[in-house]
Amino acid sequence: MKELLELYWVFCKMGAVCFGGGYAMLPIIEAEIVEKKGWAKKEEIMDYYAIGQCTPGVIAVNTSTFIGNKRAGIPGAIAATAGFVTPSIIIIMIISSLLQNFAHITFVERAFSGIRICVAVLIINATVKLWKSAVKDKTGLVICIIVFVLSAFTPLSPVIFIACSGIAGYFIGKWKGAEK
Amino acid sequence: MTQLILLIIEFFKIGLFAIGGGLATLPFLYDLTVTHPDWVNRSQLLDMVAVSESTPGALGVNMATYVGNIIAGPLGGVATTIGLVMPSVIIIVIVAKFLERFKDSTVVQNVFYGIRPASIGLIMAAAFVVIKEALMNIPLFQETGSFTDLFKIKSVIFGAILLICMMKFKKHPVFYIAIAAIVGNIIVF
Repeated sequence: MKELLELYWVFCKMGAVCFGGGYAMLPIIEAEIVEKKGWAKKEEIMDYYAIGQCTPGVIAVNTSTFIGNKRAGIPGAIAATAGFVTPSIIIIMIISSLLQNFAHITFVERAFSGIRICVAVLIINATVKLWKSAVKDKTGLVICIIVFVLSAFTPLSPVIFIACSGIAGYFIGKWKGAEK
Repeated sequence: MTQLILLIIEFFKIGLFAIGGGLATLPFLYDLTVTHPDWVNRSQLLDMVAVSESTPGALGVNMATYVGNIIAGPLGGVATTIGLVMPSVIIIVIVAKFLERFKDSTVVQNVFYGIRPASIGLIMAAAFVVIKEALMNIPLFQETGSFTDLFKIKSVIFGAILLICMMKFKKHPVFYIAIAAIVGNIIVF
């Protein structure tokens, strides 16, 4: 029980200080889990990250689950994840209810009209970076463009694209492997 | 109560299919505005991204909490977060058991060879929606038919300046969001 509480608390602290999630979290995890607590080796964290990226879900949550699971099995996985999301839940709740109350004030309205433009640009910038890491050959380019066009101009659910491209990837990989 | 369960189920699906980090949840949240228009609308999603980028925690978790909170108050925020992380916990606990085999499996590698670019395609489509909302004025364009009315010129110029700054100076998103809030009050967009 003490161990679960400790897991919860350590991940709660990390959830409160890591902005941006994903890779922004890596140095914080390293400092806390590898150096301070000695709960995992650096290479293990890198492995967890790599797998966290190609398994469903938020990368930071996946990594928390891995470490919690390693320390104390399934209860540990749940404790670490619960700890990590606690600050998010509290902070977002406060801000969201404040926003709903202040949204009609001119100052706030105008601020958000500027912020919306900034958000669009942030997303464009992040997409460019992701593009570089995920689209590496012609096959990838073709899949990416097909999914983009179909997703932007048809009401199909994203679930369908992920499922189909996974199946396509499986067969393309198999076919390429047979060619070698 | 039924709404909370529905929220958990919807966000469980998102957690299960959004692969490749926080931003990958965005296309699914846009899909929600189509399948459940009574829950959340597109301009609320832009505010959601702004708040989620400028607060601590993982982007995907913050966005889920924000949307849940809009739909059904604090309990909704908890429900969407639980739904979102549940597939992670289940899958990772299983994968951890077969870690070495999972890492070296050609099947897994091949499947993700297809999924990774698809996930970017989805994010690009979501980005396209965001751009339409923030930088373009399609109703006015349809009315006048003039291409100068298609883009919100002031917004596009400000956006381009921001993009150049982001690429040049790698400051934290909060920094740019704060600047945009101030600029929004000086130049009325």
